[in-house]
Amino acid sequence: MKHLLSTERLSAAELTRILNMADEMAEVLERPIPKVPTLRGKTVGLAFFESSTRTRLSFERAAKALSADTMSFSAQGSSMAKGESLRDTALTLQALGADLVVVRHQAVGAPHRISEWVDVPVINAGDGTNQHPTQALLDLLTIRQRFGKLDGLQVAIVGDIDHSRVARSNVFAMSALGAEVTVVGPPTLLPRSLDGWPVRVASGIDEVVESTDVMYLLRIQAERGGAQVVPSLPEYVSRFGLTEERYERMKADSVVLHPGPMNRGVEIAHGVAEAERSLVLAQVRNGVAVRMAVMLTLLGGEAS
Amino acid sequence: MHEPTSEPTAEHTAEHTAEHTAEPTTKPTAPTVQEQAPQKAGEHDPKPRTTALVEPLSDTDPLLLDGDDIGRILRRIAHQILEQHPDASSLVLMGIPTRGVPLARRLAAAIREFAGTEVPVGSIDVGLYRDDLDHRPTTRLGPTTVPVDLEGRVVVLVDDVLFTGRTIRAALDALADLGRPRMVQLAALVDRGHRELPIRADYVGKNLPTARHERITVQLAEIDGLEGVRLERRA
Repeated sequence: MKHLLSTERLSAAELTRILNMADEMAEVLERPIPKVPTLRGKTVGLAFFESSTRTRLSFERAAKALSADTMSFSAQGSSMAKGESLRDTALTLQALGADLVVVRHQAVGAPHRISEWVDVPVINAGDGTNQHPTQALLDLLTIRQRFGKLDGLQVAIVGDIDHSRVARSNVFAMSALGAEVTVVGPPTLLPRSLDGWPVRVASGIDEVVESTDVMYLLRIQAERGGAQVVPSLPEYVSRFGLTEERYERMKADSVVLHPGPMNRGVEIAHGVAEAERSLVLAQVRNGVAVRMAVMLTLLGGEAS
Repeated sequence: MHEPTSEPTAEHTAEHTAEHTAEPTTKPTAPTVQEQAPQKAGEHDPKPRTTALVEPLSDTDPLLLDGDDIGRILRRIAHQILEQHPDASSLVLMGIPTRGVPLARRLAAAIREFAGTEVPVGSIDVGLYRDDLDHRPTTRLGPTTVPVDLEGRVVVLVDDVLFTGRTIRAALDALADLGRPRMVQLAALVDRGHRELPIRADYVGKNLPTARHERITVQLAEIDGLEGVRLERRA
């Protein structure tokens, strides 16, 4: 694996190898000194053309736990504002000594383009509505920690599927590991075509609430136009929100995931966000372990 | 949590055995033992040895220690450890994966038999502390488990073959991040020489002078299904 740009072509074996390594990274993060010297002398460039808090902090923490240095770039206040091209920005980061570049961009395909220009590995930290592979990997890790496997699990992804790179990355990664995925959302928030998506479709959360093992909730992405196609929030909640009443009807060992940021009271009820079977904070913790595993995989070469 | 990687893979073996041979490999892929070892036509089973549970030891490579020898050696080391540490309750045995871990367990069993003391056994993987990430692919990491607080304890690191000393250097670094033992010692089943660092073992099972290009292969029942220490000659 040279870059991590998408989950679409990752095999079950590749996914499993990263997850196994992430298990060991999670152990490192629990040590009295949660830091190892493995990437000492390496520099990770963080190029966040689109704003982000948790993903960026998570990558930074992951790099530092492996003793890599980090170099941050954000679009605001940079030369991008002065009209510098994506290509020049990427080449500058490389010239400054980045051994690996983490890219988030509002445009679909930007990390892929950058990977063609630079000689170092590129990790896609989210490109527009396309892909967010490390999010999917951390979700897989979180689910596997709870159930021991993905194979045969029922997963419902509920909400703004069309605008969600998280949904796209997860659908492919989860089904590669044998989970059965159902996407749930108003027709206006589903992709126009689901050709090639290994999923079933349900038109309301009540269709899956009692059968699913994993309830994966997404927010409506107002900034990408999601809000305009939903008639009203109360109506959305009535058909797609995980209310406390619905949470009570879920299977006893089922779990709730959300990639954040959460809109409490919309897709997830306030109480459900912090309920016993909500794994939201475990997801955040696992994000660091998974990103450590991906950096090690890309900078250490491949054993397979 | 995840599917246990109990079944040792060829990669595991290759990684670990490569440890005991000359230079770290610079190839992008981890060659298997069979690929690295010189093959004399028809004399070797083409399968990686770790999967062949009933394969007899090849007579092309000299058998240096058999299972009985290994048993005797470990009992002797257990006695030596108890001689130096009559109060065995301060001991912790930390095996270096892969084969150091079953060796540590066997030493603990022997100490239990001789002194009646249950010595905690852990494992300490050194993959994240190696100094040659650029030279070799990242390997499957072994587990690191710390069974008790190491503060004030005597930690005995246990490995199968002591060679350049780089693995032990990495283990010492890893240990420093895991706790602060009162004393750290090293037990090795085989010391084959060729040290590149100022490191020595406190307990040595057998000194086996070797040429640098030769390879020592240790097989243990828990991992390989059979027992023995062999010298493999390479071209």
